[in-house]
Amino acid sequence: MRSLTAPRRDPAPSRLSYRLQRLALTPMVRVAVRRGLPLLALLLVLAVLLGDADRRAVLTDRIADLRMQIQQRDEFMVHEIRIDGASDLVAAEIGRALALDLPVSSFDLDLEALYDGVARLDAVSRTDLRVRPGGVLEVRVVQRVPAAIWRGPTGLHLLDADGARVALLPRRADRPELPLLAGEGAERAVPEALRILDAARPIAGRIRGLTRMGERRWDVVLDNGQRILLPRADPVPALERVVALDAARDLLDRDVAAVDMRNPARPTLRLGAATALRLRNIKLTELGVD
Amino acid sequence: MTDLYQSQRAMRAMRRAAMQRGVIAILDVGTSKIACLVLRFDGPDAFRPSEGVGPMAGQSAFRVIGAATTRSRGVRFGEVSAMQETERAIRTVVQAAQKAAQLRVDHVIACVAGGDPRSYGLAGQVELEQDHVSEQDVARVLAACDMPPIGEGREVLHAQPVNFALDHRSGLNDPRGQAGQMLACDMHLLTVDGTTLANLIHCVKRCDLELAGLASSAYVSGISSLVEDEQELGAACIDIGGGATGVSIFMKKHMIYADSVRLGGDHVTSDISKGLQVPLARAEWLKTRHGGVVATGMDDREMIELGGESGDWERDRRSASRAELIGIMRPRVEEILEEVRARLDAAGFDALRSQQIVLTGGTSQIPGLDGLAPRILGQQVRIGRPLRVSGLPEKATGAAFASAVGLCLFAANPQDEWWDFEIPMDRYPARSLRRAVKWFKDNW
Repeated sequence: MRSLTAPRRDPAPSRLSYRLQRLALTPMVRVAVRRGLPLLALLLVLAVLLGDADRRAVLTDRIADLRMQIQQRDEFMVHEIRIDGASDLVAAEIGRALALDLPVSSFDLDLEALYDGVARLDAVSRTDLRVRPGGVLEVRVVQRVPAAIWRGPTGLHLLDADGARVALLPRRADRPELPLLAGEGAERAVPEALRILDAARPIAGRIRGLTRMGERRWDVVLDNGQRILLPRADPVPALERVVALDAARDLLDRDVAAVDMRNPARPTLRLGAATALRLRNIKLTELGVD
Repeated sequence: MTDLYQSQRAMRAMRRAAMQRGVIAILDVGTSKIACLVLRFDGPDAFRPSEGVGPMAGQSAFRVIGAATTRSRGVRFGEVSAMQETERAIRTVVQAAQKAAQLRVDHVIACVAGGDPRSYGLAGQVELEQDHVSEQDVARVLAACDMPPIGEGREVLHAQPVNFALDHRSGLNDPRGQAGQMLACDMHLLTVDGTTLANLIHCVKRCDLELAGLASSAYVSGISSLVEDEQELGAACIDIGGGATGVSIFMKKHMIYADSVRLGGDHVTSDISKGLQVPLARAEWLKTRHGGVVATGMDDREMIELGGESGDWERDRRSASRAELIGIMRPRVEEILEEVRARLDAAGFDALRSQQIVLTGGTSQIPGLDGLAPRILGQQVRIGRPLRVSGLPEKATGAAFASAVGLCLFAANPQDEWWDFEIPMDRYPARSLRRAVKWFKDNW
């Protein structure tokens, strides 16, 4: 009698399933199925969805809208500009330079450009911009301090110790305490001028100002038209010599038109015209010439 | 001859390619089971010693990452008899092993159990061209071995140089660079039936696998079951399998003789089946569950239900005493051992200094065999298990897997064979293009 139970299934895989399994175990195929296929499906879905221009437009609109909503939140808005370390005049000027109409979102602020705008102002030496929590744009400013007045071709200007322009000066009498510089190229040698003025402190009351001569050396102009011609190199020791001479012999109180120190080895005095003539007559008399 | 030489060289190249890729499978097509192990070669740096597995004998170079066995089909006496069936069985086992390893294998090393292996001892001698031995001299002395008449349709499976002698000094392993005048070598040649080999190769090819090596089952069982001392001092490994029993004799770490007896455990099973009138599957179960070869008084009283599902109640309720079962098994086991003894005697095993015999293979697990075998084979008999290799599942560590484990070791570091050496210069045809290519290969 034949067995009533069905014969057991052949456990051997068919050639096809054997080959398929071997294919499935091939590393490249495995990677392709596990990574490549999902990626492909995702790309396909995206391509189909984004293939429609209207849908794309809606999507970009919604993204822009969302972005706007977040940027316009109160937490990101700047309501106030606080300017520290500037006088009212300069503060007004900075306010004009910033040119912001508040309130504005801090995402829309271009701090670099604002910084450049403030730093370009003449009266501002250093500045520091930051958006503080609470919607405050803080501008810290270090102002330039005027150290001299420069009479230039366009009028009177205030210069700081480095020679940078601070502001326009309407009248000389507005800042009588500052020394006056004149001459071509004077604004480029301000530090040297200030050193000279420092050395000339004993005769400060008589100084009218400094004149740059030939863009290379300074002349000290005194009140009654006297001049001290300083050399190009080492003007300060030369001036100190003149000051010392003045203290000892009252040089400058005499009728001297100019003290020429341009050659330090040979200081020269130019006398006033009348004095010079009288001195000449005295000499001639001494020599017996009629 | 040249054909085989080329194909063996191609297989060696294939094996090297597989090692480069790091994955190779071994396939033991036996009569009762087919085993497939997938090996991964990480190099010895990645080796982690585990229980019972030490970094010795080269098994640290690889790790078994997939193992599968299936009942063999279409194989008799270790030879393929029904090719479709065998191919299906190979597909089954390779698929299971690949699944376990989660890796596709393309290269496979197989072993041949049957095919009537015959051993030949060859000797060759040449005079050296220079005053020291060069690679070319080794090649020339190997080529100088005269080819014995191996018979029509037989193929060389192994051709291993086992000994080199330089002038009066013998027993050299590697004569290269040594000074002398006359170089002689002994070579062990193992041939098997060509059709057996071709059938197996065809089955493997049909499964989309590339053959990266072929080995004799008796040889690889010896590698895995004999410990190093036994291989060095001389020992015989008897791999009693399902349909064939392999005999290999080792000395100085070289196989010097191999043979096979076309008897095995399946014959014991068929004897039980015939003697007790039970189906073969039931006979196999009785053999493994209750079998033995030494009967005691207790066995007369121990009754075994023969069982069966024939539908005939009277028939299915029969029982036999264990002594009866032993009475059936013992003559066949004795016959196998006597046959092995005859082969050993023919090989001159009794002339060896060490008479160690190691029994392995599935049938060596019959209880009482360690008592029976010394009566036939001599006093120094032990039942051997294969070397532990890392990653091998517990169920594949038994004696039945001796040749599978041996194949792993063979794959990891094969013995230098004749085709691994250089081709002698004068054998190059036309000494033109090939020589130029060889020059480039050597110098580039």
